[in-house]
Amino acid sequence: MKVWQCVVCGFIYDETKGMPEEGIKAGTKWADIPENWACPDCGVAKADFEMIEV
Amino acid sequence: MREKKMKPIVVLGSGLAGYSVIRELRKLDRDIPVTLVTRDSGDYYSKPMLSNALAQGKDAAGLVLTRAAEMATQLGIKLLVQTEVQAIDRTNKKLATTAGELEYDKLVIALGADPIRIPVQGDAADAVLSVNDIADYARFRELLENKTRIAIMGGGLIGCEFANDLASAGHAVSVIDPGPWPIASLMPEQAGKQLLAPLAALGVDWHFGTSVSRVDRASSNYLLTLADGTQLQADLVLSAVGLRPRIALAQQAGLEVNRGIKVDTHLRSSDAAIFALGDCAEIDGKVQPFVLPIMHAARALAKTLAGTETAVDFPAMPVVVKTPAHPLVVLPVARDAAGNWQTLATGDGIKMGFLNQENRLTGFVLSGSFAAERNEMSKRLGQVITS
Ligand SMILES: Cc1cc2nc3c(=O)[nH]c(=O)nc-3n(C[C@H](O)[C@H](O)[C@H](O)COP(=O)(O)OP(=O)(O)OC[C@H]3O[C@@H](n4cnc5c(N)ncnc54)[C@H](O)[C@@H]3O)c2cc1C
Ligand SMILES: [Zn+2]
Repeated sequence: MKVWQCVVCGFIYDETKGMPEEGIKAGTKWADIPENWACPDCGVAKADFEMIEV
Repeated sequence: MREKKMKPIVVLGSGLAGYSVIRELRKLDRDIPVTLVTRDSGDYYSKPMLSNALAQGKDAAGLVLTRAAEMATQLGIKLLVQTEVQAIDRTNKKLATTAGELEYDKLVIALGADPIRIPVQGDAADAVLSVNDIADYARFRELLENKTRIAIMGGGLIGCEFANDLASAGHAVSVIDPGPWPIASLMPEQAGKQLLAPLAALGVDWHFGTSVSRVDRASSNYLLTLADGTQLQADLVLSAVGLRPRIALAQQAGLEVNRGIKVDTHLRSSDAAIFALGDCAEIDGKVQPFVLPIMHAARALAKTLAGTETAVDFPAMPVVVKTPAHPLVVLPVARDAAGNWQTLATGDGIKMGFLNQENRLTGFVLSGSFAAERNEMSKRLGQVITS
């Protein structure tokens, strides 16, 4: 399981936790998130996220 | 024979625009030499978070996402921090900086914008703060310690965001704006006015249709005198009246400028070796000082710099206003756009669309619970709406 961060606002997507409030189940891999998904905090695209080491 | 050293692409400015273009370029090419010159620390931070950091429980240091040295390593660039660019010599493709001369092969200008300062009378006029970068923010937070009453000059997007953030944290906030309602440059009356009550409930005191004429020192704080004669006490005065693209260096170098540095859809200025993007740029006639246009511009420019000429193609880019007391998403229309704003639904908030002369949706505002419909609304753009 990996953690991704929005490069614009720092929003964190943690694959282990998912985003239940946005309909994304815990354990959802980054690759399985739809391409048209946008950062809930700043609105940038999925492409503007980078994987971070934790 | 000695190999001629390749001149670098030089990027000026380490904000979102400068760093994003390099990050995108590195996805395409790890080898082109890149030098980044910046007069600040070069630390990478999220500027939009300056106006919701209190709610996020962050101070200035906590907003730094990546330190400068780590950025330089990650991106494989030469990074010159605390270095001011003083002049661009286009004939010799050289820059004058406080760290000496620098040659460039291609130049990317990403110098951002300066906060506009409106002239104010009074013996404390120079105590008015602007917050446009992380260093400003650090100073602001230091001064904010133990302060209760904050006056904000400007009820635009950034003024309203700061008002929400400060009021949520328990400060008494006054917002003073010569316009008729909040965020009037982007939003029609019925939409802008949605912010009034939710922010007032948090402790925001609104003053529209007037401006600050004097800021004077009082015993332990400041006394503001408004143009309409109202007097207000404040412990701290913040100005958020707008930004002016930094065009001076480009202008002195003889590049075409208007409100911003003029570039075409390839982000290319009137000099084929010089590009611009971000808050300093006027792309195809438009200055768009927001995150999404910068990300799109950075991606297109990176391709061009890597050798594939690419024009930027902007999709609809709604702006999310960070006012959690009453969420707002707006897709603004040009000031002179023909058509009108129509209310499409009301409830806990409002849904408005801008319909052009053919009744097609070209802009929108979603407030309150309607803010969640951002994607659906974007999909309806261009469609004929019968309300
Ligand atoms: C409080 C606030 C909240 C915001 N919220 C949002 C939001 O929610 N959504 C959104 O889309 N947008 C938002 N914005 C706008 C967005 O943050 C900006 O459009 C974006 O950050 C601008 O990036 P930039 O790289 O063009 O400019 P900047 O980040 O200003 O970078 C300019 C760089 O140039 C350097 N520089 C300047 N002059 C010189 C010189 N002579 N020599 C060397 N270096 C120099 C500076 O040091 C800096 O590194 C917000 C802006 C503010 C101020
Ligand atoms: Zn984000």
